[in-house]
Amino acid sequence: MQKIHKILIGIAFSPNLKPNLFEAVRICNMFNAELIGVHVGEKTNKKETDLQQILLEAEVLKKPIKTVWQEGEPVKVILNTVIEEQIDLLILGALQKENLLKYYVGSIARKLTRKASCSILLLIKPSIERQACKHIVVNGLKDKKTEETIRTSVLFSKHLMCKKVTIVEEISQSELQVKVDDDKSLRKATIIKERLKNREDQRVKNILKGIDSENISIQMQSIFGTRGYSIGHYAKIKRADLLVMNAPTNVGILDRIFPHDIEYILSELPTDVLIVK
Amino acid sequence: MNKKNTLKTFIGEIPRNLFSGFVVSLIALPLGLGLALASGAPPISGIIAAIVGGIVVSLIGGSKVTITGPGNGLVVVILSAITVLGNGDMYQGYLYTLAAIVISGILLIILGFLRMGALGDFFPSSAIQGMLAAIGIGIFAKQIHVMLGNLDAKGSIVELLIQVPEGIFNFLKTDNSSMFYAGLIGIISLLIMVFYSKIRNRYFQLIPAPMWIVVLSVGLYYYFDVFSAAAYPIDKNLLIALPNDILSNFAFPDFGKVYQLEFISAVISITLIASIESLLSIKAVDKLDPLKRRSNVNKDIRALGLATVISGFLGGLNVVTVIARSSVNVNNKGSNRSANFFHALFLVAFILLFATELRKIPLSALAAILVFTGYKLAAPENLKKVFNIGSEQLLIFIATLLVTISTSLITGILVGIIITFIIHIIINKNVLLFIKNILKPNVLMFTEDGKYYVSVKNFSSFLNYTKLKSKLDQIPETEEAIVDFTLCDFVDHSVMENMNNYSETFERKGGHFEVIGLDDSKPGSAHPFALRKILPKHRVPKKGVLTKRQKFIQKISEEMQYSYEAFSDLELKELTNFGYFKTRKIDKVSNVLTNNDCTIFDVQFSEGEMIAKQIIKATMLHIHTKNKIPKFTLDKEGVFEYILHFSGYKDIDIDAHPDFSKRFYLSGKNEEKIRAFFTDELILFFESNKQYHIEATNVGLLVLSNERLASVKEIKALAYFGASLQKIIERC
Repeated sequence: MQKIHKILIGIAFSPNLKPNLFEAVRICNMFNAELIGVHVGEKTNKKETDLQQILLEAEVLKKPIKTVWQEGEPVKVILNTVIEEQIDLLILGALQKENLLKYYVGSIARKLTRKASCSILLLIKPSIERQACKHIVVNGLKDKKTEETIRTSVLFSKHLMCKKVTIVEEISQSELQVKVDDDKSLRKATIIKERLKNREDQRVKNILKGIDSENISIQMQSIFGTRGYSIGHYAKIKRADLLVMNAPTNVGILDRIFPHDIEYILSELPTDVLIVK
Repeated sequence: MNKKNTLKTFIGEIPRNLFSGFVVSLIALPLGLGLALASGAPPISGIIAAIVGGIVVSLIGGSKVTITGPGNGLVVVILSAITVLGNGDMYQGYLYTLAAIVISGILLIILGFLRMGALGDFFPSSAIQGMLAAIGIGIFAKQIHVMLGNLDAKGSIVELLIQVPEGIFNFLKTDNSSMFYAGLIGIISLLIMVFYSKIRNRYFQLIPAPMWIVVLSVGLYYYFDVFSAAAYPIDKNLLIALPNDILSNFAFPDFGKVYQLEFISAVISITLIASIESLLSIKAVDKLDPLKRRSNVNKDIRALGLATVISGFLGGLNVVTVIARSSVNVNNKGSNRSANFFHALFLVAFILLFATELRKIPLSALAAILVFTGYKLAAPENLKKVFNIGSEQLLIFIATLLVTISTSLITGILVGIIITFIIHIIINKNVLLFIKNILKPNVLMFTEDGKYYVSVKNFSSFLNYTKLKSKLDQIPETEEAIVDFTLCDFVDHSVMENMNNYSETFERKGGHFEVIGLDDSKPGSAHPFALRKILPKHRVPKKGVLTKRQKFIQKISEEMQYSYEAFSDLELKELTNFGYFKTRKIDKVSNVLTNNDCTIFDVQFSEGEMIAKQIIKATMLHIHTKNKIPKFTLDKEGVFEYILHFSGYKDIDIDAHPDFSKRFYLSGKNEEKIRAFFTDELILFFESNKQYHIEATNVGLLVLSNERLASVKEIKALAYFGASLQKIIERC
C-alpha cells in the first residue's frame, strides 16, 4: 500500500462517533482521499441528520463523502465493502478500559483487523482538535513485508507532516545464542549483540536506500525483547504517536491462544497503530 | 598468551590460597562436626560433606572464592527427615536421609542444567528471611540444651524453647558433675563466640573463634590427662564419637523408602533449602570478592548437586555454598577456587592426624557454636530491619516464621508466598493486574546514547522478577544502566531489594545503576509504601544529643580550625578505592572533621558474614592529595609481613635508610615510582613519628592506627600527623 485513494470508516452511532469522524476527515484531506462511511443497520432520518450535523462541524472534505447503509452482520458487511469499493485504508476506533489508561481492540474490530484485505489504522484517542503527529515508530523486522511497511510509514510521515521516524529492529533472545552466566559469557553476549545490531542496521539501511525520505529524520534502534510485544512497549515509552506494523502472515487459532506479534499489540494498544497490508 | 598468564597468576597465588584454605579449614572442622551433630547425623558426615564439596566444587564449580560444605540452613530439615524417616531409629533414619540427599543432589544437577538453579529468585525476600529465622530458632532451641550438657531434651521447637528456663535451672542445680562441666564448657565457648570480634589482636584473630573453642577444650582434656590428678569429669557420651577407622567406614544410603510421601517431602525440602542457601551465599560472596568477578550460578549449582550426590553415597550431608566460611576465605586473601580445594585437603589431614584429639571435644562446645549460629540467623536485628521496610513485610516475615516453626518448612514458605501475594492484591485492590499480566513479557531493554535503558511494565514483583533479572544480568556492570518503572503500577519489596543490590554491584565495578519512575504518585495509589519507594540510601542517623566524646571533638575542632559534623550523611566514595576496604563493607561514616583536604572520621564497617561477621568501628584519616602519588602500603614490620612474603608480596627496602627499612614494611606495584616518592624528608618524617598503617591510591592517603575508635587525644595527634604529612607530600 503506498497510495491512499479511498478510506473507509465504520459509523456506529456511539459517543465516539464525532471524534472518530473528525479524525477520519482530517486524514482524508491530508491524503487527498475519498471518505466512505459505512453504517451497518437501518437507515433512518435521524441518523442521517446526526451524521450531516457532525460533518458540518468538521473540516470541509476535499472530496465528497460517500455513505453506505446496509443491514447485516457488521464484520461481513464491512469486509465486503472493503473489497467492492477497493478501499486502501480502514479506520477503526479502539476502546478504552474503564478507569485505566489502557486501550484495546473490541471484538468486531479485532476480527476486521485479522480478515481485512486493506491496511488498518487503529485510533486510540481520536480527538476533535488536531493533535500533531510528531514521532512514528515502525517495525524493521526481517520480513518480506518490512520494506513495504517502511515505505508506507515514510509516506505517512510525509502526509502527516511528521519529522521523526524510528525504525525498530527487534532482536529476540534466542538469536543471541549465548546465555549470560558469568563475566566471560557476558562479554561474549555483548559482542554478539553488537554484531547483531550492526547486521540489522545494515539490513534496514539497504531498504532505506531506495526510499526518498527527504526532510525526515530516520533513526534506527535495536531492542531486545519478545517480538511484537516489545515494540509496543518501546512505542509507549517513547510516546510515539503512530506505530506502524507489518500485517501478520497467517493467524490461526493457536496464535490467539498463545498471543504473539500483532496480537500483543491488539490486546494493549500503546498508541495509534497502522497495520500495513 | 592470555592462558599462560592466567596459569602464571594461578601458580603465583597458590601460597595465599593455601594459607586461606588452612584458616578456613580451622573453622570448617568444628562447624562440620557441629552441624552434623545438630542434624542428628554422625559427626563425620559433616566433614565428609565439606571434603567432597571442597574437592568437587573447586574443580567444576562456577564461582571463585566460595567455600562449600555442610550448611546451617539444612540442619533443621535433615534433623526432621532423620527423625521422621527413622521412626525412632536415628541411624536407620540417617541412612534413609542419605538417599534423600542423593536424590536432592540429582535434582540440583537437573535444575542447574535447566538454568533454574536460582530457585530463591522465585520467592519473596521477606518470606525467605522469615524461613531463615525459623531455621535459626530451630537450631537455637535444640542446641541450647546440648550446650548446657543435656542431651535428652526432646520435643517440637516450641516445646524446646519453653524448656529453656527449666534447662538453665537444672544446669545450675545439677549434681551430675559430667553435665555441669560440659555445660560450663558450653557457656565459656559461647562467650568466646560472642566476644571474639571485640578483641582486635591480629595474632588472636589468626585462629577463628570456633577453632579456639576446639583448641581450648582439647587442651582442657590434656590438662586433666597429664597434670591433674582428677579424672576428666565429662562423660564419654557427651564427647564426639568418631568411627575408629574413618576411611573404611562409610555409611551407604538406603533407598528403601523412595516411594513414600514423607521421603519425597524430605527431598523437596532439602533441595529447596540447599538451593536457596547456596544462592544467597553465592550472591553475598560475589559482593565480597575483591576482584569483582561474577559467579556462574547455574554451573555452581550443578557442581553442588554432583558433590551432594557423591557426599550422600559416602555417608555425608548436603553440600551447599556457605557464607561464613566463604567470607573467612575472602578475608584471608583467598583468590580462586584452589582455596576451597585446599580447605578440603586440610580437613582430610586433620581427620587422619588428629582423630584422637577430636574425640575429646565435648558436644556442648560444638553446640555453643551452633547456638551462636542460630542466634545470628534469628537475631532481633533482622526483625528490626524487616520492620523498617514496612509493617506488611513484618507480617509476612512473622507469619512465615511461625508457620515454619509449628509445621514444616515447605508449608512455611508456601504460606509466606501466599500471604505476600494476598498483601500485594490488597494493596493494589486489584487481582486482575497480576492475573492478566503475569505471563506477559514485561521488560524491554535497549541501548541509547551508550546507556542501557530498561523499562518495566504493568507490575514487577517476586512473581515475575526473573524476567527483569535476565535482562539486567546482560548489562556489563561497568556500564550505565537506567531502570524505569514509570509504566509499572506496582513494584514490590523483593524487587526493590534486588535493585539495591544491582546498584551496589554496579557502583563497585565502576558503572552506574539508577532506578527511575517511582517518585511520581499516581492518583489512587498514593500509599506511602516501601514496596514502591525509592531506593533506601545509607541510613542516616537522626540528629541527637552529642556524647561527651563528640563534645570534646567539637571543642578541639574549634581549636584546630577544623569543621565538625557529628551526624554526617557524607559518603566518602574514595574510601572504597582503598585496598583496605576491598573486602570490608562500609556501613556508615560519622563524626567527620574536615580541613581543606584532610578528613578525620569514624567509620563503621563489617567484615565477613554470618557467624564470621564482625562489626568494627574505627577512626581514620583521609588526605586528598593534590599531586598524583604512586599506590603503596606502609605498615609496621612484623610477623605477618613475613607470612606475606611467601604469598608474593615484596617489601621494598630503601638502602639508604636501613632503620626505616627494618621498622617499616613498604609494598606496592610500581617500585620505581615509590622509591622516587619516598624522599629523605618523607622517610625522616615517618621515622620520627608514630607508626600508622598508611595506604595510598593515586589521589588519596588513608591513615589509621588501630582498628578502633580513637580517643580525643589520639584524634589530635592524628590530625597533626596528617597536616604535617600533607605538607611534606605537597613539596614532593
